[in-house]
Amino acid sequence: MERLKSRTVIGSLLWLLPLCFLAYLAIGPSLISPLVLFGSSGAEDQVRDQVILTLIRLPRAVMAVLVGASLAVCGAVMQGLFRNPLADPSLIGVSSGASAGASFMIVFGASILQGNQLLGLSVVSIGAVAGAILAVFLVYRLSTDRYGTSVITMLLSGVAIGAVASALNNLFTYFADSVMLRRISVWEMGNLEGASWERVVLMAAVALVLLWRLPRYRSALNAFLLGESDARYLGIDVEWVKKELILVTALAVGVSVVVVGNIAFVGLVVPHILRGAMGPDHRALLPGVALAGATLLLVADMAARTLISPAELPAGILTVLVGAPVFFYLLIRNRALNNPEKM
Amino acid sequence: MSTIGTLHLDNLHAAISAELALDQIRLEVPAGSATAIIGPNGAGKTSLLRAICGELDLQLGELQFNGKAMHLWKPQQRAKLMAILPQRSSLEFPFTVEEVVSLGRIPHDTPRQRNHQIVMEALELVDCANLAGRLYVHLSGGEKQRVQLARVAAQIWDEQAQDRCLILDEPSASLDLAHQAMLVGMMRFFARQGVAILTVLHDLNLASKCADQIVVLDRGRLVDCGEPKAVLTEEMLSRVFNIDALVSVNAKDGSCLVIC
Repeated sequence: MERLKSRTVIGSLLWLLPLCFLAYLAIGPSLISPLVLFGSSGAEDQVRDQVILTLIRLPRAVMAVLVGASLAVCGAVMQGLFRNPLADPSLIGVSSGASAGASFMIVFGASILQGNQLLGLSVVSIGAVAGAILAVFLVYRLSTDRYGTSVITMLLSGVAIGAVASALNNLFTYFADSVMLRRISVWEMGNLEGASWERVVLMAAVALVLLWRLPRYRSALNAFLLGESDARYLGIDVEWVKKELILVTALAVGVSVVVVGNIAFVGLVVPHILRGAMGPDHRALLPGVALAGATLLLVADMAARTLISPAELPAGILTVLVGAPVFFYLLIRNRALNNPEKM
Repeated sequence: MSTIGTLHLDNLHAAISAELALDQIRLEVPAGSATAIIGPNGAGKTSLLRAICGELDLQLGELQFNGKAMHLWKPQQRAKLMAILPQRSSLEFPFTVEEVVSLGRIPHDTPRQRNHQIVMEALELVDCANLAGRLYVHLSGGEKQRVQLARVAAQIWDEQAQDRCLILDEPSASLDLAHQAMLVGMMRFFARQGVAILTVLHDLNLASKCADQIVVLDRGRLVDCGEPKAVLTEEMLSRVFNIDALVSVNAKDGSCLVIC
């Protein structure tokens, strides 16, 4: 496939994302012009539309942008770190680790959860982030040596960690009361329905951390693709970079699981498509996947809200339906490219 | 030895899982010359390179680069002056050849224009200029090896930088005969600029062509060291490599010719 200039790709995404955002605000059970937000006539219709936009659609749209961008960036970073295009937070058990950590906090941290919603959310977040860190760390240690990651070990450890996490989830639900049960069931499938401004603020804080920390690792990630030793020879402080990247991505994935649940495959599909379009150079890839991930989740959630309107589908189901075929394709192509023992 | 080389190894001891891999290694790698390490399988050649790169902990001994202990170098500062080509490189992401070579410029803060120029010159040096736009993953084994050579060349390209060092672990693997000659040319090119070169080679004839100094390792010990003609003898080959070989002189360039 002929490569596109990264400037062209990012430029078009910079147009596409705001367009999708406006469309997202406008489309729904009732069609609303986003311009209503700036009107102030006080007419009853207008006030109603403003309420729908500011309390329902706007936070949800912003949430889709933040989560989509963060997950796609985390996917790209993990794939660089593992030197493997199949690494995705949901496939290698990071999301399920986060869910288990979050359920643990919901059930056993219940006393702290009573108070302020933001505080309660952040306690659950701590559990989720800890679960996510544990999962990435385990998968990384199990599957990576000096020369790279073994795909089979990486995916198998993802399966194992997923199994352990779901067993723990079952264990925690056994102890949970009905309110806790409802909260836990949110992790089962990703859903942006519950997006509130409090949750948006939490996710925005995490996205800011990503935005602040990751740019300095663009070149290091490029060097990583050669292998850890080569990255070291190129003057990269490998151990430090690994630790920080694992920490930052686990933070973002963990918190995203807390606010919207497990949205699978965004981190796999988006970097894959962009790498094909403009190459694996992280200096262009990271901003590119952030924009594309935001756009993809916006569109997916727009479809989730409208396909069977007035009812809703969880957006997580749609991303799986789109993502799974891409995953199969990657697996088959990978098998064709690599020698059999590498699989 | 009286003069201290760019690389200075004194009494190195290192072990891999309780097995002594390096035993009392003393070696100077002087600026502006090439040193080739030879030895049978498992002699400790790669262990020695790994010890120099800091990937194998020393039990004893001193290791200096430009008069400063190796572990005191900041990673980025060292990377500006010392480039290392490992035996195996695995890169499975669809970088173009030009992008792979420009990874060698990561430690430097030179402007983009200058980096591009260096990348192109380095590709020229390894006879890969025509591959610049191709995808690395689509290349043959020998082409990949040459691109990796260009990458380490680009890393230490700046002629103004003094005390540079180039370490190559079996660089001739998968190179055809014409490109083995190219490899010799590349080493000479850098040696002329004052770069200290240390390389592991299996091909003794290639070693005698490109090296100013040959080091023979056997079971972790340095058993011989000197000019190719002094080291490559029938006696050494039978003692260390356990082969009955004939050593002659290459009438074309006067280098040693080992025939087994």
